[in-house]
Amino acid sequence: MKKLMLGNEAVARGLYEAGVKLVSSYPGTPSTEITEFAATYDDIYCEWAPNEKVACEAAFGASLRGARSACAMKHVGLNVAADPLFTLSYTGVTGGMVIFVADDPAMHSSQNEQDSRHYAIAAKVPMLEPADSQEAKDFVKLAFEISEEFDTPVIVRMCTRIAHSQCAVELCDRVEKEMPAYEKKPWKYIMAPANATRRHPFVEERTQKLTAYGETSPLNRVEFGGTEKGIITSGTCYQYVKEVFGDSVSVLKLGMVNPLPVEIIRDFASKVDKLYVVEELDGIIESHLKNNGIDCIGKELFSPMGEYNQATIRTAFGIPQPESDSTETAIPIRPPVMCAGCPHRGLFYTLAKHGITCLGDIGCYTLGSTAPLNALDSTLCMGASISGIHGFNKVGGEETEKKTVCVIGDSTFMHSGMTGLVNIAYNASNSTVIILDNSITGMTGHQQNPTTGYNIKGDPAAKVNLEALCHALGIERVRVVDPYNLKECEEAVLEELSVEAPSVIISRRPCMLLKYVKPQPALKVNTEKCVGCRQCMKLGCPAISFKDKKATIDFTQCVGCNVCQQLCKPGAICKQED
Amino acid sequence: MTKNFMIVGVGGQGSLLASKLLGAILIDEGYDVKVSEVHGMSQRGGSVVTYVRASDTKVYSPVICEGEADFIVSFERLEAARYVKCLKKGGTIVVNTQSIDPMPVITGAAEYPAEILEELKSKGIHIDDIDALSIAEEAGSAKAANIVLMSRLAKYMDIPEEKWLEAIKKQVKPQFIDMNLRAFELGYNA
Repeated sequence: MKKLMLGNEAVARGLYEAGVKLVSSYPGTPSTEITEFAATYDDIYCEWAPNEKVACEAAFGASLRGARSACAMKHVGLNVAADPLFTLSYTGVTGGMVIFVADDPAMHSSQNEQDSRHYAIAAKVPMLEPADSQEAKDFVKLAFEISEEFDTPVIVRMCTRIAHSQCAVELCDRVEKEMPAYEKKPWKYIMAPANATRRHPFVEERTQKLTAYGETSPLNRVEFGGTEKGIITSGTCYQYVKEVFGDSVSVLKLGMVNPLPVEIIRDFASKVDKLYVVEELDGIIESHLKNNGIDCIGKELFSPMGEYNQATIRTAFGIPQPESDSTETAIPIRPPVMCAGCPHRGLFYTLAKHGITCLGDIGCYTLGSTAPLNALDSTLCMGASISGIHGFNKVGGEETEKKTVCVIGDSTFMHSGMTGLVNIAYNASNSTVIILDNSITGMTGHQQNPTTGYNIKGDPAAKVNLEALCHALGIERVRVVDPYNLKECEEAVLEELSVEAPSVIISRRPCMLLKYVKPQPALKVNTEKCVGCRQCMKLGCPAISFKDKKATIDFTQCVGCNVCQQLCKPGAICKQED
Repeated sequence: MTKNFMIVGVGGQGSLLASKLLGAILIDEGYDVKVSEVHGMSQRGGSVVTYVRASDTKVYSPVICEGEADFIVSFERLEAARYVKCLKKGGTIVVNTQSIDPMPVITGAAEYPAEILEELKSKGIHIDDIDALSIAEEAGSAKAANIVLMSRLAKYMDIPEEKWLEAIKKQVKPQFIDMNLRAFELGYNA
């Protein structure tokens, strides 16, 4: 049976068919749906972990006990999980273990464009890279076989275009894997120096064996199309090359991108007149060729930045592009914005109104950085807002303490915010931390987290009490505000900035897009009362626009949050029936 | 032969369901199909684009580049203009006449080009504009504008109406089936 499946959905199907027993992940675009789809199979235990390190270690534990296990994350998530990864390379596995990492060339939803292949090289673990949904499913099953045969965790590298593209996939049945009886193996699993010293040679030897495996594995295949041009490529770039050239050039498609084979490449190179490497992001395959004395053309034709497509290939090879139409009219950009009724808006308005410096974090609230709110000063990585404000205030002293806050979401606080808050309490900085608690992991598309009271299946679960947690971490001043109440927000922010103590403000209201949040009736503008003062426009609400010198509210978008009404001095913004 | 469709709009307008519907119908017809979406930030009111490609042989690339789209279905006027460069010469744009101001227009940093569809038409580009929002409201909900637009696209394709109706029944939640079928009929016969 064939089914149209997202790459991520196909990965989940592969996990099911491979008999995987545990999947633990933290959401991150474009990897999130792997775990969401895996959770639809009752035979797999799935969970959202607080962060990628925890997820990876949970998968390690399941492997140690003998089950096939997996974790999935976005590229920057692997930075967080890098600590277990590097030593997992030494311990190897009992049950097969696969780490899925999804790169995001062109940064559709990311803060950098890092190339995860470097991790596979640095940690000395094999990495597979599928080129469509069918391969994604097939490679998952193969990855578990490689993991168990070579005693290693395996990374499967996805990218946005593979993760979020659908194509037909052939479905198979699940094959259960029996767990062996637990056996204590301290020499393999206790990575103290004496044992680790003995495991490192194993890792080096394993890389040799994996290289030899890659020379003959069907993962790496040649599609011969004449001697004029030879192109070495992998993943989504393979599709772009085939789209342009079809069968008219020779292609070496690499499905295993670490370790890279040598002989198959040398042989391929010897059969073609001109050799090219087409790979998104860094020139890793190209460097491998050059290190082995094989001449090729790579990054001199292709950028190390952004996503490629068939047009990129045509340009590089001097092939004309198809004719197209255009418009001379300037088309305004349409950046993503905070939704109408977003609970973050009221809080950001307060910060913008008082010109408060604000260190930001990773989540929907990063959108508070855009006009007209312009409320953020920095966004670095998960948790950096809290750790950062501490350093900022330590050197800034009273001058910054009185006018600086940081903002972090509930899920991001669980992920990496707690340790930063401990540092504020322990090393005493007068920092004001605002937790934007919208009761969900928002930006990645609504995943539960330890503060929501529900697990991945939507069943009730233990719920972290943020107030009690902040107290326990050493913060005495903890208060809760409703971000729909501008006066309450303003009072809380100004008071906490003025006190000589660290404090936490929890700005609490569930995301407007949650199904259980019922929108209020849309508001309207009484045009007779509207004086065109544009106060409501300062909120940057997508439902409010300005036509003929008056504000107007789009009824299809407005959810009646009333925040604009609080700014409307003439009282022009009112309920539909008024 | 490969047919390329782009579905463009503003995050939250329902373009993902539209592409799912089109993908399901095309694969049912026996084509090799690829559908490519960008998730994540797309819920947040930004410009969103989905690619659907179908071929009687093989589809390689999941994306559509400049000058390659046979059809662009645009959920909003400005978005039709944003992606017009992707239209193949002689291709068709089905566009909802609704306009949604992007943030630079809301803040006053840019102006919404009100006559943009007329400009495109004057260049000889085949624009089929339809007030999908009103038709959807007539069917029962503004949310069905996506189905109205797909019904308009359906008129250009050789796939019988019944197949579309069957596919809608499979794709939407039971309580919304009747309303969406009504939206399709109204759009198809408009």
